Amino acid sequence: MQIIKKIGLFIFLIGLIIFTILPFVGQFELSSATFDKVLQEKGISSEIFIQEMEKNVVGKEFSGMHSLSPKITSALETANTQHRKNMEYKKVIYTGPHDMAAAVGKVSGRGFIVENKGLMWFLTFGLGILGALLFIIPDVVLLGQKGIKNNGIYHENATNRGWIAWMVFVFLVSFYLVLYFRSEYAVNWTYLVDPISEFLSGNAAGHWFVYGFMYCTVMTVMAVRMYIKYRHNMYQMVRTTSVLFFQIVFAFLIPEIMVRLQMPYYDFKNAFPLDYDFFFQWNLKSLLNSGGIGLFILVWGIVLTLVIVPVMVYFFGKRWYCSWVCGCGGLAETLGDPYRQHSSKSLFSWKVERWLVHSVLVFAVGMTLMTLYSFFTESSTVLGLKTQSVQSAYSLLIGAFFAGVIGTGFYPIFGNRVWCRFGCPLAAYLGFVQRFKSRFRITTNGGQCISCGNCSTYCEQGIDVRAYAQKGENIIRSSCVGCGICSAVCPRGVLKLENGPLKGRINPTEVLLGNDVDLMDLVNKK
Amino acid sequence: MEHIVIIGNGISGITAARHIRKLSGKKITIISPESKYFFSRTALMYVYMGHMKFEHTQPYENWFWKKNRLDLVNGYVTKVDTANKRLLLKGSEEIGYDKLIIATGSKSNKFGWPGQDLKGVQGLYSKQDLELLEANAPNKEVCKRAVIVGGGLIGIELAEMLRSRDIPVTFLVREKSFWDGVLPSGESQMINEHILEHHIDLKLDTNLKEIVADEDGWAKAVVTDKGETIPCNVVGLTAGVTPNIDFLEGSGIELGKGVKVNNFLETNIADIYAIGDCAEQHEAIGNRRPVEAVWYTGRMMGEALAQTICGRKRAYKPGHWFNSAKFLDIEYQTYGWVFSDRSKKDHEQHFHWRHPKEKICVTIAFHKDTKQLLGINTFGIRMRHEILDRWLTEERTMDYVMEYLRDANFDPEFYAQYEKAIISHYNVEFGTNITPKKKSWKRIFSNV
Repeated sequence: MQIIKKIGLFIFLIGLIIFTILPFVGQFELSSATFDKVLQEKGISSEIFIQEMEKNVVGKEFSGMHSLSPKITSALETANTQHRKNMEYKKVIYTGPHDMAAAVGKVSGRGFIVENKGLMWFLTFGLGILGALLFIIPDVVLLGQKGIKNNGIYHENATNRGWIAWMVFVFLVSFYLVLYFRSEYAVNWTYLVDPISEFLSGNAAGHWFVYGFMYCTVMTVMAVRMYIKYRHNMYQMVRTTSVLFFQIVFAFLIPEIMVRLQMPYYDFKNAFPLDYDFFFQWNLKSLLNSGGIGLFILVWGIVLTLVIVPVMVYFFGKRWYCSWVCGCGGLAETLGDPYRQHSSKSLFSWKVERWLVHSVLVFAVGMTLMTLYSFFTESSTVLGLKTQSVQSAYSLLIGAFFAGVIGTGFYPIFGNRVWCRFGCPLAAYLGFVQRFKSRFRITTNGGQCISCGNCSTYCEQGIDVRAYAQKGENIIRSSCVGCGICSAVCPRGVLKLENGPLKGRINPTEVLLGNDVDLMDLVNKK
Repeated sequence: MEHIVIIGNGISGITAARHIRKLSGKKITIISPESKYFFSRTALMYVYMGHMKFEHTQPYENWFWKKNRLDLVNGYVTKVDTANKRLLLKGSEEIGYDKLIIATGSKSNKFGWPGQDLKGVQGLYSKQDLELLEANAPNKEVCKRAVIVGGGLIGIELAEMLRSRDIPVTFLVREKSFWDGVLPSGESQMINEHILEHHIDLKLDTNLKEIVADEDGWAKAVVTDKGETIPCNVVGLTAGVTPNIDFLEGSGIELGKGVKVNNFLETNIADIYAIGDCAEQHEAIGNRRPVEAVWYTGRMMGEALAQTICGRKRAYKPGHWFNSAKFLDIEYQTYGWVFSDRSKKDHEQHFHWRHPKEKICVTIAFHKDTKQLLGINTFGIRMRHEILDRWLTEERTMDYVMEYLRDANFDPEFYAQYEKAIISHYNVEFGTNITPKKKSWKRIFSNV
């Protein structure tokens, strides 16, 4: 069994290495016919850009994106600088330099990778999936009896912030930086999934498709791990199935199929303000121009946020969204599960969390109000602030850095819910409902707590669960996503996630159950 | 300002300190040689197993103590001078007190076995024991086999710990079946099976005769009363614990097995109290033992004594007995009294149900004549403390318990429910025709 695991790890690493090398290899050659097509599609009328491209790029062969990309970005930047200087705003190109490089790169690929998409898919994704499964599945036997299997988590390099964890950190952060800021380097990856994308939506894959496909793949493989690790725990089994279903069907398949059907790309479960650009002008316009379905999405999006989400939180707690439906939560609960113990439980972190997450909520709502004001009044500024600059700032700081680079990249170091805990505006909104008006609580079982600290250690949201449990108090915290792990790891059966009447939900206790110090007397003396 | 000094920073002492601080502004000093900050002893096993780091066993952050004006002294009390109300610490430091709380806990039992003080022989109780185990048994290469002597809760925990590092374990248990002095036979039998499933070499009805030393004074083998010699590198002595009170000899404080206290946890000397594992009640409360070495009782005594010290004199009046443990992968909870076959009372009758395949079972004790509920043990099923406590107070009958059994279930959502199987088994055995009532939040949450 150990040998199978080792072989699996080896195969996985080969897949990973090939995947990592891809951005730096490959042949690119832009024919002048293809270049014309790009110019047409993008509606480019800048003669400077065209000249520069024809001089430096068209018809030439490039080896690796790093030799092609600088030519394109500099052509674009030179052109734009000149046009701005000459105030020829019609000629300015509004596609970003790296997006332009990605677009040109995508149609210029030549050679082995482009001609062997299936094989290349197998050598990267295929080997990765196969190796990971070979690594994971022997645990069915190796983990032995059903039960909590946390042996060695703090002895293992990978799960105790050792060098492996730091390598994973560097890899994830770099991956997100490429996705958000250097998408041209993802061009080779897009070829691998072109066949799948063409099958689903009819279009060639972009880097976001790579991301979406990879997201689903990673979640599926790591869900297998969850199923094995928590096979004694029905709550975890059902919950894992749920997040997996919503990710694959709602976040991945339905939007792609909608594109094929000439509908707008939309993830029906992604609620505002997590879906922060829902009210952006381009989205509203696109929805309003898409006929019935667009209108339906518009109404659905508003109802989802204003009615469905809070009502469901009232009945079930925010877990119904955060750990049963949400994609960010889904990744955190599968890929992130081995790192859940790293969330900080200090009071200081809790303070930071409250300031940060609520600030992001205010930022998101403020930005959206500006957006709507601008949309209806058709003015581009609100109180002197340029709406578009605020939107760009949010997209960059929150959308890209916080949710992506930090949110996932920091898994191995700060735990798997950094974004959900410190940054997600939707989580902050649901948190208010959960804290003040919800039937959900984690019940503490009378006086049974032995303060061992398993619950706090494994709380991914950094809640000091034990602090409540050892006082006999129920845990009612706005940040709790109801993953159920505290209840699972408790060796004494102290914690239970449940929905019940609001009355008595919050239960401060003076003396714990089991101690018959004259309670009435105590109360009367107060 | 009155100065309260607490010897021992375990759950009893710390609970007392916290509650005194809640109720008053008295000066509080806590003395311990074991660790700077309070940690949860019950979690030591998880540190060795790699579930946690030691810092995770500390329920309060390090700033907590200063903020709450709880002065921590790292020291070992060697003598209590009751006449002058002074404590003498190792290194000749002295600390005066107005009121003294003795909460020094336990130490591992040693019954005079030959070789019990050899290197590689240890108990599992303190932080130092954990550190010793880490040194003695870091992996299966250094520790090729460990022998554990004593089949109780600590013994099985130690076995689980060592197995988590793949160290072969031989488990010597004096009883004919694991913990059968406490557990009814069906349950004890199930745990025997589970121990074997974990590849622990369980030797029942076997006693330690001698631990054999090598030339360097390390344990190298164990000889049993069956004449067997078992080579090993580590010997775990887990045959129970005994109050840690040697330093009180000659202090004038009345000692028995532990520090003798009355209902108010007062010793024979004014202003000196004892709580937790080290306290011994003059008269046992109900079915409880005079010395209760249990986490929960230590905490309760701390809660009760704090009231007394702050001028609201309260007896230690524990309610219905409850306890819990985990045997490898099987959780165990008990409420009320379910006695073993050996110590069962005449009027006590048992109803036992065991799952045909899984390691899940229930034993309910009731009064033979009145059918009144006396206690319940569950293995692999979680029960709701409040409901069982309420039923015991209300003196409910077995038929009632069966009918409303679903209210008492505390398993996580979506777990398989066994009430139907349990009740139909009950119906067959007792010729009743009970149908279980649906679980009702209203009943569960009505605090009457």
